[in-house]
Amino acid sequence: MNTGSRDILNKEMVNGLDKKIIIENPGMLTTVQDKGRFGFQRFGMPVAGAMDAFAMQTANVIVGNNRNEAVIEITFPGFALTFSGKGYAGITGADLGASLNGREIKPWQSFEFRTGDRLVFASLKKGSRAYLAIVGGIDVPLVMGSRSTYLRGKIGGFEGRKLLKGDILLCGKTEQYRALGTISLPEEFIPDYGKREVRVVLGPQDDCFTKEEIDKFLSSTYKVTNQNDRMGYRLEGPLIKHSMGPDIISDGIAPGAIQIPGHGQPIIMLADRQTTGGYTKLANVISVDLSLIAQLMYGDSVKFKKVSLEEAQRLYIEQEGCLLKMIKYVEDEFRKI
Amino acid sequence: MYEKIRFLPSGDCNLIMEFGKEINPQINNQIRKIINLLEKDRIHGLIEWIPTYRSILFTYNPSIVSFNSIIEFLQELENIKDEISFSPPLVTEIPTVYGGEYGPDLTYVAQHNGLSIEDVIAIHSGTDYLIYMLGFTPGFPYLGGMSEKIATPRLESPREKITGGSVGIAANQTGIYPIGSPGGWQLIGKTPVRLFDPQLEEPFLLKAGDYLRFVPVNIEEYTEICEKLVTGEYRVKRYPQQRDGERLG
Repeated sequence: MNTGSRDILNKEMVNGLDKKIIIENPGMLTTVQDKGRFGFQRFGMPVAGAMDAFAMQTANVIVGNNRNEAVIEITFPGFALTFSGKGYAGITGADLGASLNGREIKPWQSFEFRTGDRLVFASLKKGSRAYLAIVGGIDVPLVMGSRSTYLRGKIGGFEGRKLLKGDILLCGKTEQYRALGTISLPEEFIPDYGKREVRVVLGPQDDCFTKEEIDKFLSSTYKVTNQNDRMGYRLEGPLIKHSMGPDIISDGIAPGAIQIPGHGQPIIMLADRQTTGGYTKLANVISVDLSLIAQLMYGDSVKFKKVSLEEAQRLYIEQEGCLLKMIKYVEDEFRKI
Repeated sequence: MYEKIRFLPSGDCNLIMEFGKEINPQINNQIRKIINLLEKDRIHGLIEWIPTYRSILFTYNPSIVSFNSIIEFLQELENIKDEISFSPPLVTEIPTVYGGEYGPDLTYVAQHNGLSIEDVIAIHSGTDYLIYMLGFTPGFPYLGGMSEKIATPRLESPREKITGGSVGIAANQTGIYPIGSPGGWQLIGKTPVRLFDPQLEEPFLLKAGDYLRFVPVNIEEYTEICEKLVTGEYRVKRYPQQRDGERLG
């Protein structure tokens, strides 16, 4: 990089504007996501948002963003982009073999980029969804209070769709960031995606199943089928029988709800789930373990463990504490720089 | 309807307030009252809610408010709701052009029920339909109150593409497709009015607990409404429900 262009970039940096990413290869499924679109579920609007909400927030934290800024959700390797402008970016979630101009970038750390730098996600190492945050956030329009892409509704994100080759996304419009350098998160903040035991709270329709069937569900191993997407994962394993039939009068569906339709194979409802449905829901994955589900892929096996509602909420509050501690850690690190 | 309302956990950030295990206007009216009260004032940490045929799902933040505090708050609403007078539900008029290319299955619906096309239109547009809930796709209304006289089974093979605004019948239900999607409903007409527009400050036209009424229009009127929608001059007609179509509890 010559000094002439660096002067221009510095000026842009001061303005906090004109950072861009140019999509070279969109990969299998890459979308813009934030925490999701809340407040419209009563009108039938799905929440959408990042599948791995913890990784999404962490990606923002390590580049000094507010934790719910829009980020890029990358599903499986293949994604490649070129940066324009100068700033900081961070990767969290799955290890999809990222490298910047050939230099390896491990997840859970931030790095500096300059115009022309090329970021490539080349191999499947651990997990299936990576998050890329850029200082100042991804600048796409707010639609109904969120920048999340809801694919089926074709709204939000970048033109309501997954990213395609040649797309140019503006970044860094928000100037409320605090990044002054790069961060590598300590182990204590990094989740263990290798865990194959997912905790659940029973209900709301566990009374539609006998104790034997519930025990079968909790003691069996299930595999993720190839019918898995942002809406939900269909699992395969021992069939769960209903005491009185699979259908109920429709009610609302929470994230992580485990539906048992007539065929007896569980379906876990995820970010793009419909708001209401008429299948019995045996149990619900606890919030902090939704990240584990988000990182599973076709063929992965999973077991379910029952915990109490109190335990699930204690873990939720603990994770919130972890995020606040992480924000403080990052701010302290920035201060050292 | 249950003697006593049930509160069920649905994971650690949601709970269900369940009123019964059937579809009826009384339950819907109970739900409408609770939601009317919620819209005025609600407990900190309660994020949103989804009313359905027989329950309400509440989303909350457990680091702000506990499961039990939400239940206490909801029970309080339940206790006071019958002492408060609520404004009547609103009826939204849905101008609809029936038949022809806009409603290709209208003739079949008439034949199937041994009626004339005019009869089908008169029956379909002669009732206020209760909006039990919205779901399936953004803004899709689940309606109650359609006459059995025009009930017609779904198409044997669904259409790949149905345009937004299409009005259809499936068994003893009627509905409107808010956005384009595949579907197997018998299409009898089309409304120019948009049920869902994400660019608007209020993106959704309809609300659970209110009513809608189909009003027949001709093609000229349909085209005129379309033009007024483009220039922003069109306003849907909306008025308090007065008819006693379905007994409210």
